[in-house]
Amino acid sequence: MAHAYTPGLKVSPKIHLSKRRILPLKGEVIVSVGQKVGSDDVVARTELPGKVIPVNAANILGVPPAELPRFMLKPDGSQLKKDEVYAMAKSFFGLFKTPLKAPEDCTIENVSTITGKVLLRGKPFPVEVKAYIESKVIEVIPKEGVVVEAWAAYAQGIFGIGGETHGPLSMACDSPGEPLSPEKISAEYRGRVIVGGSIVTAAALKKAIDNGVKAIVVGGFDDQDLRNFLGYDLGVAITGSEQKGITLVITEGFGEIPMAERTFNLLKRYVGREVCVNGATQIRAGVIRPEVVIPMSEAELQSGEDVTAGALQAGTPIRIIREPYFGRIGKVSDLPPELTKLESETKARILKVRFEDQSEAVVPRANVEILET
Amino acid sequence: MNKKPEDIKVIIATDCGSTTTKAILIQYDEQKKEYRQTHRGEAPTTVEAPFEDVTNGVLNSIQELSELSGIELLDENNRIIKNRSANRGCDIYISTSSAGGGLQMMVAGVVRSMTAESAERAALGAGAIVMDVIASNDHRLPHEQIERIRQLRPDMILLSGGIDGGTTSHVVELAELISAADPKPRLGIGYKLPIIYAGNKDAQQNVRDALQDKVDLVVVDNLRPVLEKENLGPARDKIHDMFMEHVMQQAPGYKKLMSWTDSPIMPTPGAVGAIIERVSQMNNLQVVGVDIGGATTDVFSVFINPEEEKPVFNRTVSANLGMSYSISNVLAEATLPNIARWIPFPIDERELRNQIKNKMIRPTTIPQTLKSLVIEQAIAREALRLAFLQHKSFATTLKGVQKQRTIADAFEQTGTEGTIVNMMNLNLLVGSGGVLSHAPRRNQAAMMMIDAFRPEGITILAVDSIFMMPHLGVLAEVHPKAATEVFLKDCLIYLGSCVAPVGQFKEGKEVGKYQIDLPTGRVEGVLQQGEVKLFPLGVGQKAKATFEPSGKADFGHGKGIKFDTELDGGVVGVILDGRGRPLMTVPDDKKARIEQMLSWLENLNVYNMTELRKLGQAV
Repeated sequence: MAHAYTPGLKVSPKIHLSKRRILPLKGEVIVSVGQKVGSDDVVARTELPGKVIPVNAANILGVPPAELPRFMLKPDGSQLKKDEVYAMAKSFFGLFKTPLKAPEDCTIENVSTITGKVLLRGKPFPVEVKAYIESKVIEVIPKEGVVVEAWAAYAQGIFGIGGETHGPLSMACDSPGEPLSPEKISAEYRGRVIVGGSIVTAAALKKAIDNGVKAIVVGGFDDQDLRNFLGYDLGVAITGSEQKGITLVITEGFGEIPMAERTFNLLKRYVGREVCVNGATQIRAGVIRPEVVIPMSEAELQSGEDVTAGALQAGTPIRIIREPYFGRIGKVSDLPPELTKLESETKARILKVRFEDQSEAVVPRANVEILET
Repeated sequence: MNKKPEDIKVIIATDCGSTTTKAILIQYDEQKKEYRQTHRGEAPTTVEAPFEDVTNGVLNSIQELSELSGIELLDENNRIIKNRSANRGCDIYISTSSAGGGLQMMVAGVVRSMTAESAERAALGAGAIVMDVIASNDHRLPHEQIERIRQLRPDMILLSGGIDGGTTSHVVELAELISAADPKPRLGIGYKLPIIYAGNKDAQQNVRDALQDKVDLVVVDNLRPVLEKENLGPARDKIHDMFMEHVMQQAPGYKKLMSWTDSPIMPTPGAVGAIIERVSQMNNLQVVGVDIGGATTDVFSVFINPEEEKPVFNRTVSANLGMSYSISNVLAEATLPNIARWIPFPIDERELRNQIKNKMIRPTTIPQTLKSLVIEQAIAREALRLAFLQHKSFATTLKGVQKQRTIADAFEQTGTEGTIVNMMNLNLLVGSGGVLSHAPRRNQAAMMMIDAFRPEGITILAVDSIFMMPHLGVLAEVHPKAATEVFLKDCLIYLGSCVAPVGQFKEGKEVGKYQIDLPTGRVEGVLQQGEVKLFPLGVGQKAKATFEPSGKADFGHGKGIKFDTELDGGVVGVILDGRGRPLMTVPDDKKARIEQMLSWLENLNVYNMTELRKLGQAV
C-alpha cells in the first residue's frame, strides 16, 4: 500500500536550501560558482523573441502572393526602423504608390508566396532571473541558469497567491489564534512582510495593499474573499503569476484556522530580519507549495537546531486536515493495522490520536499530516 | 513478442499514473480454461525527484505482486523474469502511462467546427490532453495565436486543414504561424518538437517548406479528405508512434521501461478507449464509460451513428472537472444551487466553499463523516453531468456536411444538435474512478450515475472494480481473448439494471405498470411519477419483466407500448426510476426539496438514513 498519509508541510528552524534559478529560454548566465548573491541580484538573462506582426502584404499592395517578393524593397532578415518603407507597389505607370511601412522597430522574418503575408518580428525583450534569496552560487548550468544554496529558517504554506518578493518581517498579531483585522495594519508596515494569526479578512487585505505591504503570512483565508479579491473563482490551484500588489501565504487552509504554533513561533523569532516569500502554488503531480525563507548568516548557523523528519508511529505529532477535527493537533496514540469503518461507512486505515486536552479520536490516516519536529 | 497466444499463461500489466503505479497479475486457470486477474500491487510513481526513474515504481509494484502471489517475478538483478517456469516469471509484460502529465497536445485546423474539430477528435482518441485548438476562424488575431502556441509548450502538435484538392492557403498560413512561434517541446531542451501534418495533401510541400527546418515534421494522410468523411486512423496511429519515439524518450526512466515491455506503451486514456471500443464491438453493445479522477474526467462512448449506421467511438476529456485537484472548478462551473440540489440537508455557502477549497489543497484526504461524503458525492454528480454534456456536444455527426431537413427537425433541435449520443440506445454504462469505484455502498455509485447521466429505457450499470481498464486496453492489443475475459469477469462489477421511462409526467400520476419475476417471487405494481424503486436481483441473475406504460411514457419500446423483456441483476439490483426524462426539477422550497431527496435516497438504500435524517432535521 502506498503511503496513506500526507508527509506534511516543512517548517524548519534550520535548513540547507538549494534553489534552481532557470531561464525560460536559453540565454546567458552572468554569475560564477562560489559568488555570493543578494535577493535582487540578476543571475541570468536572455532575450525573448519579440512579438510577431503579420501583415497581409499582398492584399494591401494589390498583388498576387506569388509575386510578392518582387515588391519587397528589403530582403528577409533586414532590420527596420519605425515607419521605414519595406515594400512598395506602383500602379498606373508609377503614378500611384502603395508603400508598406514598419509599424515599429522590427525585422523582416518571412515573406510567404502562398499566403501573401509578411511576418515582421518586433524587438526582443529582455528577461532576467534574480537570485531571490541571499545565497551562494554552487553550480552554473551553462546558458540556462544557476543553482544557489543558503542556510535558512524555512516555513512552507499550504496555498498562496502572488510571486516572489522580500522585505523585513513584522508580527501584526500577538498570537496564532488572532485574526488579522484592518486596525492592526498601518503605514509602518510599508515594504514589509507581515505575519497574522488565524485569518486575514478581506478588508485587512485591502488595507495592506493600500499601505504597500509586500506580503502577508497567515493561518487561513475565506474562499469567498479569495474570489472577491481575484475577481474570479479559482478553479485549479496553480498560482504565482497574479499581479495583485501583494503576495499572500496561507499556512493552514481555508476558513479561520489558527496558525500552527511552531510556524508562528519560528517567524516571531526573526522579527526585523529580511525574509523572502513566494506565493506560487501548484497542487498537481510535482507539487509546489508557497514558502517563507529566512536566510541566515554564518554566525547564526552554529546556533541552529537539527531537524528530524518523523515517521508515522505512536507518539508522532500530527495535525488533522479534514473535518470533523480539522486543524486540531495531537499525537498518534495507536495505529491499528486493519481497515476500519468510518462514520461515512468508508473503510480505511485509521489511527488514534490524543489531543492536547487528552481526549481521543479516530481519524483516517489519509486525513492527517505529520508535523516535523 | 513472439509467443503464441495459447502459450501465454502469466501476464503482468502496469499503469504508471501521475501519483501511483498499479500492477496487476493475470493468470490462466487451466481447470476453468479462462484468464482471471488474480493479484494487484501498487507503489508510488517515481518519475519525479528524488528518484527520476519510472522503473523504480514499476519494480516496487511488481515486487508487491510477487509477494502476494508467491510467484517469483523479479530476478536477483531486479529485472522482470520473462522465461516462465513453474512458479517463476511471466510470459509477457505490458504497460500504460499517464505519468508526468500524460500526452499534452495542441491541435490546429482551418475551420473550428470542421477540420479543427476532426483533429481534436483524433488527438483525444489517441489519449491526449488537448491544451488548445487553434483555428483560422477562432476569433483570435494571428499574433495572439502565436503567443499562445509559444506559451503552451505542448508535447506535440497535430496540424490539419482543408479537404484534399481544396484551397491550400489557409493551412499554409497556419503552418507559417506555427513556424513563427517556433514552439519548444515541454520536456527536454535538446530535441525538436514533433508536428504531425494531416491536412490537404496538395499543401504538403508548402507545409514542409514552412516547418521542416524548425520542427520534427511528419506527414500522414488527410484526416478529413472530403467533407463527408473523417479518416482519423493514420493521424491517431502516428500520434502513438511519436508519443513513444519522442515524448516517452524524454521522460525519466522510460527508455528502460520501453525495452522491457512486449507491446508499445500506450497513454492511459488511449488504452481505456481501446478496451471500451473492443468490448462494444465484440458484444454489439452501445456503451458509455466514464473515468472521474482527481484532476480530469474522461468520457468514452460507442454509439451507432444514425447517418452511417455504424458504431462510432468518441472520447472527451474535461480537463478541469475532477474530485480533488479540480474540485473547486466543479463548483465554479456547476454553481452552488446545482450542487446543493443533491444535498438533503441545509448547508452554509461560506462553509461549503471553504470545505471544497480545503479538499483542493489537500487532495488525498477522504470523507470521514457522512456529511462530507454526501457533499462529495453531490459534487461528483455535477462533475459527471457537466463532463457528459461536453461529451454529447462533441460526439456528433460531421459538421459542415449539407443535410436535408424536414420541418419536423425544426422542432427537435436541442443544445446538443447533431449528437449521436442517444441514451435510449445505451446498453451499458460503466463508471470508474475513486468516487464511483470506492463508494462505501454500491447503491451510491448507481445513484450518482443515474442522476448524472440520466439513462433512458433499460440500461445495465457497472463500475470498474480496481481501475484495470488501462491494463486491459493495452493487453487487448496483444491478447484480445485474455483482455475481454478479464474485463467481463473481474474488471466490471455489475450494479444491475436501471429502467427509466422517458416523458415528463404530471405530479401524482401513474407512469406505468410493472411485473418482474424475481428469484424470490413475482413483484408487480404501479410506478408513480417522481418515485424510485429498488428490487434485489443478484449478480449473474436475470429476471423476466413486463412493462405497460401509461399514456405517452416510453419504457424503451416506444411511447405507450407494452413489452416483455429480461433484466440483468447486479450487486444493487433493478432500479425503477419514475422521475421522468428530462429529469424532473427539484422543488424550490428547501424543506420540500430535502424531503424529496430523502425519499429517493431511502428507497434506494443509498445512505444510513437515520444519520442522514438527523442532518436534514436542522431545516
